[in-house]
Amino acid sequence: MPALKKLIASAVLGVAISATFAQAADRKAAVEQVSFGIDAAKAGLWREATYRWERAIELDPTYAAAFNNLAIAYEQAGLFEKAKQAYQKAAELDPKNTYIKQNIDLFKEINDRANRQNAR
Amino acid sequence: MRTARTLASAAVALAASGCLTFIEVPIETPIRPKIDASPFSRVYVAGFLPGGTEDVDTNLETVRLLRSQLKNKGGMRIIEADVLPLTEAAKPVPAEGAAAAPPGASQSDADKIVTLAEADLPPYEKIFENKEYWKKVGEEFGSPLIITGSVLFVPHQRSGYVQKEQEVYDSFGRRSVVPVRTYMDRKGFILRPKFVFIDGRTGETLYTETFREEILYNAEQSTPALSSYFELMDRLLPSFLSTLSSQTIRGSRVLLK
Repeated sequence: MPALKKLIASAVLGVAISATFAQAADRKAAVEQVSFGIDAAKAGLWREATYRWERAIELDPTYAAAFNNLAIAYEQAGLFEKAKQAYQKAAELDPKNTYIKQNIDLFKEINDRANRQNAR
Repeated sequence: MRTARTLASAAVALAASGCLTFIEVPIETPIRPKIDASPFSRVYVAGFLPGGTEDVDTNLETVRLLRSQLKNKGGMRIIEADVLPLTEAAKPVPAEGAAAAPPGASQSDADKIVTLAEADLPPYEKIFENKEYWKKVGEEFGSPLIITGSVLFVPHQRSGYVQKEQEVYDSFGRRSVVPVRTYMDRKGFILRPKFVFIDGRTGETLYTETFREEILYNAEQSTPALSSYFELMDRLLPSFLSTLSSQTIRGSRVLLK
């Protein structure tokens, strides 16, 4: 009986470790995509940047920075609803991040203005 | 100002965290126009019902200003035709037995600027709903996008307490500026234009927008009405232009790694 328990415990541990490694690998790949996207955005290639950040959140849906960057790319493209959703997700994942909060504040100003225009 | 604050707080946050994980990038956010003007090859700023003071010919001045703004900043093809005498065209038909002259319009002198009283504008504004009239105008100019409306420009005065800054010197001769509340008589103008965008092909109204701006000066200050008119129009022009052409708002955001 103790031998069975040990076996189960080690199996669970093994699964947990392999999951952790897989997650780490996904995060590493996502970080690469995010970095590539940043270089593209700096060069003004926002479509490429958007594609990279969308890939990053597919690889790691818990990566707040990727959502933040994607929201900025959507803003640049005038896709306000998508930008809003991406910012919300970024803030949910990393609620204490002051950069995300600042970006959201600046986005709100523009979004409110666009909404006022549409409401007229 | 806001961007500066953002940058300052970002720098503080960076110093606190001690690691470089953010990159500030400039962005240009497009805001779409309120109406799609692409089906129209040209725009005809037809004329406006003038209301309020007779010191400014708001019909003529508004037509001139909007035509030049749409041409230079909106990049549109403008029809440079005569301004429509809209007050005449929109004159309500008096009911049988009623006095023939419209209540607010006075046309005793040909050179005199004809304006309508604020209360008299609504019956004249019914012309914007007259599809046949606008369709005819459209046919004459090759079915353009027609911009018309009314422009109310009225003198205004208000008295009350206002906050002013006053220089004071302490016993050591040091200068400082303190806010002081003083009672003031002020006068100025209210500008309330209503812009109506009409499809020259069908005569249908596509979009209507009304603005209201006011300006007040010290009662002793003498500011010409025309200067006040342009100052107030300047404030609302960006919003007017954004009806037909997209705007770009420049700013910056922080990308994260």
